[in-house]
Amino acid sequence: MQGLDFTVVAPYWDLLLIGAWWTAVLTVSAGALSFVGGILFAVIVLYAPKIVAYPVRALMWVFMGTPLLLQLFLIYFGLVQIGIDIPALAAGIVGLGLHFAVYNADIIRAGIVAVDVGQTEGARSIGFGKWQTLRHVVIPQAIRNTAPPIGGNLIALLKESSIVSVIGIAELVHSAQLAISETFRPFEFYITAAALYYILNLVLEAALRRFERHVEVSR
Amino acid sequence: MDFSLMQRVFPFFVEAALVTIEITVLALILGLAAASLAAAAKMSKSAILRTIGTVYVSLFRGTPCLIQLFVLYFGGPQIGINLEPFAAGVIGLGLNIGAYMAESIRGALVAVDRGQTEAARTIGFSRFQTLRKVVLPQAARLMIRPLGVNTVALLKGSALVSTISVVELTYTAQRFIGSTYKPFEIFGVAALLYMIMVYAVARVVDLLDKRFAIV
Amino acid sequence: MSTQRPMVEVRGARKSFGAVEVLKGIGLSVDRGQIVAIIGPSGSGKSTLLRSINHLESLDSGEVWLDGVQVNQKLHGHAFERHINKVRQQMGMVFQHFNLFPHLTVIENISMGPIILKGMTKSDAHALAHSLLSKVGLADKIDAYPSRLSGGQKQRVAIARALAMQPKVMLFDEATSALDPELVDEVNAVMKQLAAEHMTMLIVTHEMRFAGEVADRVLFMDGGVIVEEGPPGDMFRAPQKDRTRSFLKKYLSA
Repeated sequence: MQGLDFTVVAPYWDLLLIGAWWTAVLTVSAGALSFVGGILFAVIVLYAPKIVAYPVRALMWVFMGTPLLLQLFLIYFGLVQIGIDIPALAAGIVGLGLHFAVYNADIIRAGIVAVDVGQTEGARSIGFGKWQTLRHVVIPQAIRNTAPPIGGNLIALLKESSIVSVIGIAELVHSAQLAISETFRPFEFYITAAALYYILNLVLEAALRRFERHVEVSR
Repeated sequence: MDFSLMQRVFPFFVEAALVTIEITVLALILGLAAASLAAAAKMSKSAILRTIGTVYVSLFRGTPCLIQLFVLYFGGPQIGINLEPFAAGVIGLGLNIGAYMAESIRGALVAVDRGQTEAARTIGFSRFQTLRKVVLPQAARLMIRPLGVNTVALLKGSALVSTISVVELTYTAQRFIGSTYKPFEIFGVAALLYMIMVYAVARVVDLLDKRFAIV
Repeated sequence: MSTQRPMVEVRGARKSFGAVEVLKGIGLSVDRGQIVAIIGPSGSGKSTLLRSINHLESLDSGEVWLDGVQVNQKLHGHAFERHINKVRQQMGMVFQHFNLFPHLTVIENISMGPIILKGMTKSDAHALAHSLLSKVGLADKIDAYPSRLSGGQKQRVAIARALAMQPKVMLFDEATSALDPELVDEVNAVMKQLAAEHMTMLIVTHEMRFAGEVADRVLFMDGGVIVEEGPPGDMFRAPQKDRTRSFLKKYLSA
């Protein structure tokens, strides 16, 4: 037992902030991927021919049934095995993005199904085609109605992004580990990292609340 | 695909999966206990208890589970807590999922119609009697699904304890990657075992939900 | 009788939902500028008939024609999709429950069709929407979302949305049935205005008084067939068939 001394953190403050910045970058880019991918998967599962829909459903089933950590290992090491050497950062974004795309797809699919059939009839009666109706009328509404759980997934993504430190991406946890390897002060650095996550989490929650209020106006 | 490799490693993976199950079950018990206390604290009349409950839930939900495990396992010795990986894993996962489960429990209790409480109180039931005889039986049913979702998340999240060298399913997979360098085969076997466990839990939750459905 | 090509024509229309046959061989012809009201008890098939003109229901057999073009052509897949989208652009449909798009403002609801389907510029489409909104008396609501409007206002926006495509015919499917009684007149006034401009209209309605005022011809449907039809004056004063008489007695006394 060596006692606690948080002043050891000070010299590494910049390192931790850079880590936090990369955590934010990871969250935003993987979040964007998970959103677009979620819409894509939902539409495929609902409307694509079976030959496309079934593999996507199987992929979703596997992603929902296995740990993110395992998926990251598989993407990172698996791609190397088949000769695709992607940088760890790209593997992390793709892994996190796909993982949460699957959860978003599940939500958006239910949201699409829940849009009143009168909306489709209204659009079709004007002369919109199936895809135009989906794109301009049904999907925008499905996304508005499912904004809270999709936002919840983004918050989960922020925290789960810590896992990509295991494949060597220089985000917040990785910064803390670097500092610990020089100072041997895990408690102080992990608590500081936790505090930074907590702040990022608060900022993200506040941003989502603002966005939801904005959406609420147009309903 | 090297199926003979998959066959050879399979027994090791089954053993590792048993460790995953063990950790999940123990963490689930700890989590449910912590969650019940936290939910009760958050709904109590005492401001101090409410604060304690709120802070616990907020801190553990507001930070990554991985960091919580690291603080406990790597940082613990600095404050006199020396835990084996397995114990640290169970406690870390349990406290983490407990914060989420507390919200599931509280959500279900709040969802029971206010009129139910009022009706029970007008008959003359005490606060405690109302909770036990009227609110809890109805809330229990509403809790099954969210707690089931939490349990599945716990099971998948248990892979994180591989980072503090608990020899469970994901750790075993990593170890075999090091010696064989066949990621698809090795992670494929691990993924299969996780899916069997995850969908078994999901099925049990479905059955419980149906069994206790108010028709 | 005019000899010109009818604007809307239905021949031998049959349609079943499961074991229930809701249209039992309907024939109908509507001339350009004519206003036809379709009345009848609920379940008589009048809404299904109107919806099948827009191909929101597909007939089991029979034909629907719009201005010399068959609506329910025997095309398949993409070819039919392209065809029906073109045809629907020439028909305005107004629904009982409005079906406005809640995520778009009033002006976006109206201008969306012209912009996307007709390639109109945004400013032209907005100018068009603006003039249509003035026509239905809602020029001050252009930037409102539908949730902020009363039922009567919603329906007037829905009519403007349909008119924005410059349709050859307007189909009204119980346009005032979901409205509070005090809001019915504002919608009826807009429909009367369209009638005065000689818009071809098919109106499925429960309101006999309104049908009498606006329609050139009234059709009484019951049990999937057209029981009787004629000018509103004759129909309401001296119905020929017993079924028509008993139906009208119930409604006109109410």
